[in-house]
Amino acid sequence: MSAARQAILGRVRSALKRAPGAPPPPPPPVRLHAFPTSLEERIEQFSTALGKLNGVTKVVSSESEAQLYIDGVVAGRTFCTAASTRDEIVRADVGVSGVDYGLADTGTLVTLSASDPRLVSLLPPTHIAVLDASRLLSTLDELLQLLPQPALQTASMVLITGPSRTADIEQILVRGVHGPGELHVVMIR
Amino acid sequence: MPMTSAGMQKTLANPELQLAVYTATGRLMDKRKAAVDSELLPEYQELRTHANALKQHTVDNLDWYLEEFERNVEAHGGKVIWCETGAEVANFVLELAKKRDLKLIVKSKSMTTEEIDFNEHVEQHGLEAVETDLGEYILQLAAQKPYHIVAPALHMTRYEVADVFTAKLGVERETVPEKQTMIARRVLREKFLAADIGITGANFLIADSGAIVLVENEGNARLSSSAPKIHIAVAGIEKLIPRAQDLGVFLRLLGRSATGQHLTSYTSFLAGPRRAGEADGPEEFYVVLLDNGRTKLLDKPERRQSLFCIRCGACLNHCPVYRKIGGHNYPWIYSGPIGAIITPQFHGTAKDPWLPFASSLCGACGEVCPVKIDIPKLLLDLRSDVVESRGNTVERLAFRMWAAVMANPALYRTAGDFASMTGTSERKWKDSSSMLAVGPVKAWLSQRDLPGPAPKTFRQLWKERAK
Amino acid sequence: MDAFGCRKLQPDRIGVSMPAQVALFVTCIVDQLFPDVGMAMASVLERAGCSLIFPPDQTCCGQPAFNSGYREEAGKVARHFLNVFKDAEHIVIPSGSCTAMVSHHFHDLFPDDPEVHRLAHRTWEFSQYLTEVLKVEDVGAKMDGVVTYHDSCHALRELKIKDGPRRLLSHVRGLELREMDVAEECCGFGGTFSIKFPEISGGMARTKIDSILRTGASAVVSIDSSCLMQLDGALRRGKHPVRAMHLAEVLACQ
Repeated sequence: MSAARQAILGRVRSALKRAPGAPPPPPPPVRLHAFPTSLEERIEQFSTALGKLNGVTKVVSSESEAQLYIDGVVAGRTFCTAASTRDEIVRADVGVSGVDYGLADTGTLVTLSASDPRLVSLLPPTHIAVLDASRLLSTLDELLQLLPQPALQTASMVLITGPSRTADIEQILVRGVHGPGELHVVMIR
Repeated sequence: MPMTSAGMQKTLANPELQLAVYTATGRLMDKRKAAVDSELLPEYQELRTHANALKQHTVDNLDWYLEEFERNVEAHGGKVIWCETGAEVANFVLELAKKRDLKLIVKSKSMTTEEIDFNEHVEQHGLEAVETDLGEYILQLAAQKPYHIVAPALHMTRYEVADVFTAKLGVERETVPEKQTMIARRVLREKFLAADIGITGANFLIADSGAIVLVENEGNARLSSSAPKIHIAVAGIEKLIPRAQDLGVFLRLLGRSATGQHLTSYTSFLAGPRRAGEADGPEEFYVVLLDNGRTKLLDKPERRQSLFCIRCGACLNHCPVYRKIGGHNYPWIYSGPIGAIITPQFHGTAKDPWLPFASSLCGACGEVCPVKIDIPKLLLDLRSDVVESRGNTVERLAFRMWAAVMANPALYRTAGDFASMTGTSERKWKDSSSMLAVGPVKAWLSQRDLPGPAPKTFRQLWKERAK
Repeated sequence: MDAFGCRKLQPDRIGVSMPAQVALFVTCIVDQLFPDVGMAMASVLERAGCSLIFPPDQTCCGQPAFNSGYREEAGKVARHFLNVFKDAEHIVIPSGSCTAMVSHHFHDLFPDDPEVHRLAHRTWEFSQYLTEVLKVEDVGAKMDGVVTYHDSCHALRELKIKDGPRRLLSHVRGLELREMDVAEECCGFGGTFSIKFPEISGGMARTKIDSILRTGASAVVSIDSSCLMQLDGALRRGKHPVRAMHLAEVLACQ
C-alpha cells in the first residue's frame, strides 16, 4: 500500500464524503441497442463502410477461393502469418491474419490477441484479414452484448476500422502512417 | 483595461496562422456536424445524456471504481502505480529504467504526459523519449507544445514541417505531406522496434475489466503498447468508466465529436500483459494513476463535471475565441474552453485571473460537449470566484455604483436624461478621434464605431406617444 | 419614410386579442441607445392584438454585472426587476440575452425563490412571444430588400430560438432572406468581453462582416441590440453600406 495510494484515495473519499468500501448506488443502466439485420444486409453495409475508408472487401464462398485472392494480393512479395517469427513479421510486405469478428455498420474488424498475433495486422504495409461471414455482427453494441467482459478472453482486443491514417499535416489525409496503408478483407460465406 | 496579451495580438495579426487555424477547426466542425446529424444519429442527444450520467456516477463514487480497477488490473497480471504528482510518474519510470538498464522510450500521444512535462524530466536523466504520433513528433523536433488537444500541429504548414525535418533529421527538403509522413514512418519504425518501454496515455480506464482503451488513427498507440517488452499507460484518475459495455456509449460519441469519424482506425482494449499462448505483446503492463490536482476538482459537487472531459476537442473547434487566438496563448497545456475551466481550478484563480473572462459566453462549447459539461456556467462561476477573491477594486466600485443607479429608477432616469442631452437630433457615430475616447470607450473604439446616446430615451418617447 | 425607405407604421390590428396584458421590458440598451426598437416592438405587438403597459420604474436585468462576476451587484438590480414586474402577466423583451438572464440566470442568483421560477414562465423574447404565444407568423409587414439573419448566442443556445425569426421574416412582403454561412457564430460582443479583449472581439466581428458581405444583403437582422451594436459598429468602421436592423424594426415596416 503506497503512500500515494493512501493519500489519493483519502482525498477522494473526503471530497465525496464516502466511507472506505461503501458500495455505490446502482450505476445508470447499460445502454446497448442492437437491431437484427440479415447477413446480406450486413455484408452490404460492411463493404460500403469499408469502401468509404479505402478498404477492399472480397466476398468468397470457399477457403480455396480465399487463398486464390490472397495469393493475388501477395503477388510474390514476402508475407507473414500467425506462424511467423517476429523478424519475419518485421520484414514482411503483407500480413495475413484471421480476425475474430466484423462489425457491419462501421466496416470494422475485431482481432483478439488470444487468437492472432498483434503485429501481423500492424507492422506490414498491407494487411489481408480473413473473416468468416458468420462472425459478421451488425454493430459495436452487438459485440459488447456478445462479449461483455473481453478482458476475460484476451489481453488485447483491437477494433480495426480501415487503414492507418493521419491528417496531422495541413489536414491532408495520408494513409499508412505506422499501421498498414492497404487493407483487404476476405469474407468467407 | 484591455487584457489581450502580446502573444494574442501577434497571433491575431498573423493572417496565415489565422487562416490555418480557422480552416482546420472549421473542417473539424463540419465533419462533426455530419457525423452527429439527426438523421444519421437520431440518438445523439440521448447518448450525451447517458454519457453525462455515467461520468457523474463514476466521479461521485470514484474511490470505489479506482479500487475495482486496480483489483482487475492485478487479476490480469498488471500493476497499478499511484502518483500524486508528475515528478512521481517520472521517478517511477526512471527507477524502472535504471534497475533494468533501459534507455529508449516510445510514446504515443498523451496530453497527461504533456501536462506533467514527462519527456523533459526523463530526458534530463539520460533517457530518450520519442514521440510517435506524427503531429507530436513534428512538435518534439520543433520544440513546441501541442496547439490543439486532438490535432497537435494544426497551426503548422507543410513548409514549416519541411524546415523542421531538414534541420533536425538532416534529410533533403521535402514539402509534400505524403512524403513527409513516410520520412517520419521510417525513422519511427526503427524506434518502435528498438524501444525498451512503450508509454501511452489512456482514453478510458475500464473498472470492471482492469483495462485501458486507446483511440487512435495512426497505429502508433498499438505499436507502443505491443512492440516493446514493457507497456506503461499514464492516465488521470478521472478517465474511469464503470463497465466495458459502457464503451457502446462513449465510443459512439468520441470519434464523431472529435473528427467526425464513426470509429477511428484503431481502438485498442488492453487488459494486462500478454497471456500464456499469446504470440506477442508486452511482458509487463503498468497503469499509472495520476492525481496532480484532480482531487481538488471533486470538492464542489457542481464543479465535478469539469472531470467528465473525454478530450475530444470539439469545444476548441467551436470556440470563436480559440479560433482567433489559437492554442499557444492559453496558460496551460489544455487550451480552449475546457482549458479555461480546468486551469483556474487546478492552479487557483490568482494565477491567470483573466482566463475565465476571455470568452464571449456564446455557449457553443456546451452545446457540442459530448458529455454535457456546462462550460458556460462554470466560466460564470469562475468569474465570480475571481471577483470575490479580489475584494474591493476600482472595477467593483464602478459596478457598485452602476447597481445603485440601476436599482433606483429615479437615479436611472436622471442619468439617462443627462446622457441623452449630449446626443443631437442626428445620431453621431463616434470614431476613435473623439475626445470621449477614454478607458472602456477607447477600448471599444479601437475596433469599431460607437453610437452616442439617443436624443430621446424609449421612456420619453413612450410618454409622448401616450399624449 | 426613414432612410431605409420604410414607412413608419400605424397600429392596425391583424391578430386575435390576447386576454393577457403584455408588460414591456425594453432593456437598458434599447431605452438609452436604440429606443426605436422598443417603439417598433410595441407597434407590432399592438398590431397583433396585444394591450401593452410599460412599467416606468424598469431599468436593467443585471446581466452586465452578472456576466462580469459581480453577483451581489447583479442581485440588487435583479431584485429591482422582480419588484417592478411582480404583477405583470406576460413580460416581453426585445433581447435574447436579457430574456435568458431573467428566465435562466435569475435562478443562479436566487436559487430558493419560487417567485423567480414563476417569473421565468411568464417572460418571453419578442419573436418567441409572436410565434409561440400569439401563434402569429405574418404580422402584415412589408419591406423591399435582401437581408441576412444573425443568430444571437443566448437566443439560439439558451432559448432555442432558431426558426421563429426566420419564419416571421419569410412573411414580410418584398423581403428576401439570404443565409450567411456563419449565422450561428458569435458576433464577438459578449458584454465586457468586447472591451476587455477588444482585438479578439473585433476579429470576431470582422469574420461575421465578411460573411454578411458575401450574401450581398443590404441589412443584417437580429433579435439582440447588443449584437447589432457590435456588428453595426464594425460595419461603419469598415465603411460598408450595410445596415444592422432589429427584427422588430423590420416587422414594424408597412
